[in-house]
Amino acid sequence: MTDLLRTGLYDLHVELGAKMVPFAGYEMPVQYPMGVLKEHLHTRAGAGLFDVSHMGQVILRAQSGKAADAAAALEALVPVDLMSLAEGRQRYAMFTDAAGGILDDLMVANRGDHLFVVVNAACKAQDIAHMRAHLDLEVQEITDRALLALQGPAAETALTRLVPGVAAMRFMDVGVFDWQGATLWVSRSGYTGEDGFEISVPDAQTLAFARALLAMDEVAPIGLGARDSLRLEAGLCLYGHDIDTTTSPVEGALTWAIQKARRTGGARAGGFPGADRILRELAEGPARRRMGLRPEGRAPMREGVDLYAGPEGGAPIGRVTSGGFGPSINAPMAMAYLPADLPEGTTVYGDVRGKRLPARIVPMPFQPTTYKR
Amino acid sequence: MKYTEDHEWLRVEGDLVVVGITEHAAEALGDVVFIELPEAGDVSKGDEICVIESVKAASDILAPLDGEIVEVNDALAETPSLVNEDPLGNWFFKMKVADLSALDGFMDEAAYKEMIG
Repeated sequence: MTDLLRTGLYDLHVELGAKMVPFAGYEMPVQYPMGVLKEHLHTRAGAGLFDVSHMGQVILRAQSGKAADAAAALEALVPVDLMSLAEGRQRYAMFTDAAGGILDDLMVANRGDHLFVVVNAACKAQDIAHMRAHLDLEVQEITDRALLALQGPAAETALTRLVPGVAAMRFMDVGVFDWQGATLWVSRSGYTGEDGFEISVPDAQTLAFARALLAMDEVAPIGLGARDSLRLEAGLCLYGHDIDTTTSPVEGALTWAIQKARRTGGARAGGFPGADRILRELAEGPARRRMGLRPEGRAPMREGVDLYAGPEGGAPIGRVTSGGFGPSINAPMAMAYLPADLPEGTTVYGDVRGKRLPARIVPMPFQPTTYKR
Repeated sequence: MKYTEDHEWLRVEGDLVVVGITEHAAEALGDVVFIELPEAGDVSKGDEICVIESVKAASDILAPLDGEIVEVNDALAETPSLVNEDPLGNWFFKMKVADLSALDGFMDEAAYKEMIG
């Protein structure tokens, strides 16, 4: 067994009574004494503070010192239009492989003289090696900063007490702010479907910053358990589960992230790994696609549940990739890959402990998002 | 009150054994969102007769003894969170067993507390 890493807030998590579990090579809080259900509901009603310092923070710099040149280079690895990404803005992207599968998903921000990229914890070593191997850019992993997320309807109220300037930000804006001499890199984004912020904080000030937020009535610490149910209600993918190297971005229902400029007929069509398959699937439609499911009744359909067209017989037509109970919708929900021609409203059947239970194909998100656009 | 290694509590009520889960189990499971209760009828010790789904995962409840399920607590299926609120006060099912002395083989409270540490 390899040693688990700890974030700079490990001692605080323990002090707060968190249950710590191994996750992507780190010891992370899965829940606090409040429990997953109440943490989830608290985030949707007030503000939740998440330690996501295990995620990778990377700066990409071109020799010219222009973000546009770094963006042009990074476009070789993602099917996303980064040239149109304005300074102070952030965009969702994914690294694709030669077969059109997804190596990881990421956030890319234009910060004027460089790009700032946030990648998944489990993929960060591989992502950094991938960028170093394929990009003629300086690839600088940031290892002296924590990453915190403050999410929920009260996130703006809470954060503006410390950093008044963030109130002017809109969804997917990024900016640099000062808090008591600490330089914060803030984005108005998150992984819960709520308005909120992700804040990169220098290690030396992280504990004080987290404590300052937690001292506020609206703010509670939230673990990975509620992070998962929140993102699932918001219809957001979890890499390694809902998308991976066996799924293309088109199959993954992420076509919204592939802008016109990178599609057939666009100004910079193709030119990313797996373009043949991805452009073909965009034109012809994929055979299968990620869809939302609402199981009838209250029994969750979890990851790995096989799906069938009918209540008896037949071969599986799909499989659940994420599933659980949505505390805000007070019902089970799941994401699954199913034949792309199945319309919304279709009932499919999931094999739950040997019984075929019905579930309806529904649009996502399951819970309306409240981004401040 | 007796306890199983699978974190069930057993209480004798007349000629029936009443079965629930311990506080320790309820806390480990986390917030319970769905409970599938057994159907009335014969069961064998170790049968997976009940499913508890929490926000985290699904777990089974095993039949603690050979016997016959005679009553289930429908209130739990209606309001699964009762298990977290009061695990000792909310039973899952009542069963009839051939010989109540079979309960003697299970742990008492002190032994159970020692097991969970």
